[in-house]
Amino acid sequence: MKNFFQNKRKVRGFKEFLYILPFLALVAVFSYYPLYGWVYAFFDYKPPFPLSINQFAGLKWFKSMVDNPVKTMQILKVLRNTFAMSGLSLLFSWFPMIFAVFLNEIKCVPFKKFVQTVTTLPNFISWVLVYSIAYCLLNSTGVVNSVLMNLGVIDTPQLFLQSSSHVWFKMWLWLTWKNAGWSAIMYIAAITGIDEELNEAARVDGASRMQIIWNITIPSILPTYFVLVMLSLANFLSNGMEQYFVFENAFNKESIEVLDLYVYNLAMGSGGYSLSTAISILKSVVSVLLLCCTNGISKLIRGEGFI
Amino acid sequence: MMKQKNKAQGRTVKYKTGIGDRIISVVTYVVYSLFAFVCAYPFYYIFINTISSNDLSQRGKVLFWPKEVHFHNYQQVMKIPDLFSAAKISVERTVIGTALTVVIAAFLGFMFTRETLWKRKLWYRMVAATMYFNAGIIPWFITMRNLHLTNNFWGYILPMAVQPFYIILCKTFVESVPKELQDAAEIDGAGTLKVFFSIIIPIIKPILATVAIFAAVAQWNAFQDTLLLVTDSKLYTLQFTLYQYINQASSLKALVNNTTSSASLAASLAHAQTATSIRMTVTIVVVTPIILVYPFFQRFFTKGIMIGAVKG
Repeated sequence: MKNFFQNKRKVRGFKEFLYILPFLALVAVFSYYPLYGWVYAFFDYKPPFPLSINQFAGLKWFKSMVDNPVKTMQILKVLRNTFAMSGLSLLFSWFPMIFAVFLNEIKCVPFKKFVQTVTTLPNFISWVLVYSIAYCLLNSTGVVNSVLMNLGVIDTPQLFLQSSSHVWFKMWLWLTWKNAGWSAIMYIAAITGIDEELNEAARVDGASRMQIIWNITIPSILPTYFVLVMLSLANFLSNGMEQYFVFENAFNKESIEVLDLYVYNLAMGSGGYSLSTAISILKSVVSVLLLCCTNGISKLIRGEGFI
Repeated sequence: MMKQKNKAQGRTVKYKTGIGDRIISVVTYVVYSLFAFVCAYPFYYIFINTISSNDLSQRGKVLFWPKEVHFHNYQQVMKIPDLFSAAKISVERTVIGTALTVVIAAFLGFMFTRETLWKRKLWYRMVAATMYFNAGIIPWFITMRNLHLTNNFWGYILPMAVQPFYIILCKTFVESVPKELQDAAEIDGAGTLKVFFSIIIPIIKPILATVAIFAAVAQWNAFQDTLLLVTDSKLYTLQFTLYQYINQASSLKALVNNTTSSASLAASLAHAQTATSIRMTVTIVVVTPIILVYPFFQRFFTKGIMIGAVKG
C-alpha cells in the first residue's frame, strides 16, 4: 500500500516535470546554448559560412590583444573609459542614499510623494527616449541654448551632444538623472524599517535633526548601501551598451566607447566576430571572479553573501 | 520651540527645533523642488513645443507655456506609415510578450514550490543561475540566427519569455501562502493544474500585477534586440524608429518634404513640419504610454523592488 502511494507520487512528480519541460527548453536554448558560441573565439570565423576545423586558430585572438600594439592601445582606451564610467558611478554611489535620507525629512506628505513619483519616472523610459529628450533640450534651438544665450553666458549655440569634452561626466549625469530616484526607493524602504522609538528617544534627549540623521538613520541603512556597492563592484566591467550606443557619435567616440559597446562595434561594425567573442569571454571570467570576491567580502563582513 | 502631541503616550513632548533644523528644512524643500523640476520639466518642455507654433519652437521661443496652440503635429505624425506599423509592432510585442512572461513566471514560480516535482532543486537552480551569466551578444546573435529568429517577430518574444527574477518573485509569494489550501484542494481530488488555476492564481494576483508592469515596460522599452536582430523595416519598433529619426537627418528630411507638400500649400509656417517638430512629437507619442500607466502602478513597483531586495 505504501509502495503504491510512493509510486503515485513519483508519477505525479514526473508529470509535473513534463509540464515545465517546454519552459526549461526555452532556458536551455536561449541561455545555455549560446555558451557554445564561445568556441568562435578559437576559430577564424567568417560570418556567413559554417565553422570548419580548418579555421581553428587556437589562442590567436587572445594573443592578438597583447601582441598587436594597435589592438592593445584600443583595448586599453576602452578599459580606461569603462573604469572611468564605473568609477564615477561608484564614487557617487552615496548620492541615492543621501537623496532618500533627506527626502524622508520632508514632513509634507503630498510634496514628498510628488517628488518621489517625479524623480522615479525617468527610470522607466528607455535610453533611446533619454537620448531623444537630451537631443530636444540640448540642440541648437533647445531650451538650454536659448536660456544660456538670453542670459548672455554664450554668444553662439553650443552643441553639447556633439562635443568631446567632459563625456564621462555627462554620461554619469544622464545615468543619475535616470536612476537616482529609483535607487532611492531601496533606501526609503530601509528607512521605513527603522524603529520609531529610537528617533523618539533621541528627540527627547534633545538631539537635533542632523544628529538623528547622522547617528540613527545613516547607520541603519549602511548595510543596504554596502550590499549595493558590492553589487556594483561585481558589475564593474558591465556598464551595458545601450546608453553609450545611443549617445555615441563621431565627436565623443574616443571617450564614450566602453567594453560592452566595443564588443558590439567590433563585431557588427567591422565583422570581428572572433576577437569580440574572445574579449567578451575574458570579460565574463573577470566578472565572475569579481562576483565571487565581492560575495566573499560580504560574507566576511556581514556574515552572509548576496548570491 | 515647537509642541507636538505624542499620541502613543498621550503627553506633550517638547522637541528642540533650533535654527539649524529650520535651515535644513528650507534647504531640503528648495533642493527637492529642483530635483523634481529637473526630472519633470524635460517632458513638459517637449510637450508644449509639440503643441506650439512650429516656427516659434524652431527659434527656441517656447520655454514655459505653449504659444499659438495647434495639434497639426500629431495629425501629421499619425499619417507617417512607418510610424503606424512601428506602433503596431510595439503594442503587439508588449501585449504578447507580457502575457507570456507573466504566465510562465506564475507557473514556474508555483511549480518550483511543489515538493513532488521530479528533480525540483536542479531545475530551479538551472533557471536561477541564468541571472548571473550571459554568453555575450555575439554568441547570442549567432544562436538567434541559427534558430531563424532574426527578422522574425518571435525573436522579440521567446528570448524574454522566461525571466528568472520574476519567477523568484512569484515563488517567494507562493511560499508565503499557507500550504493547507493546496492540500485541502488535493484531498478533494484536484490535480496540479487545477490547484494552480483555481487556488494559486487568484491569491498571487498582486505579485502578478507587479511582474506584468515590469515586463510590459521592458518590452515597450526594448531597443537592443531590434538593433541586433532586425533589418526588415516591417519589424521595426517605435523605439528603433525614434532612434532613426533622431540620428538620420536625411530620412527625416524626405519625410518633412513629403508631409508638407501633401498638406495644403497654404500651410503656414506655424504649422509646417520641421525635423525637430517630428522628433519631439514622436518622443511624446513613445513616452505617453509609460507616463499614463506609471502613476497607477507605482505602488506595485515599490512592492516588487522590496520583495526583490529581500530575496536578491
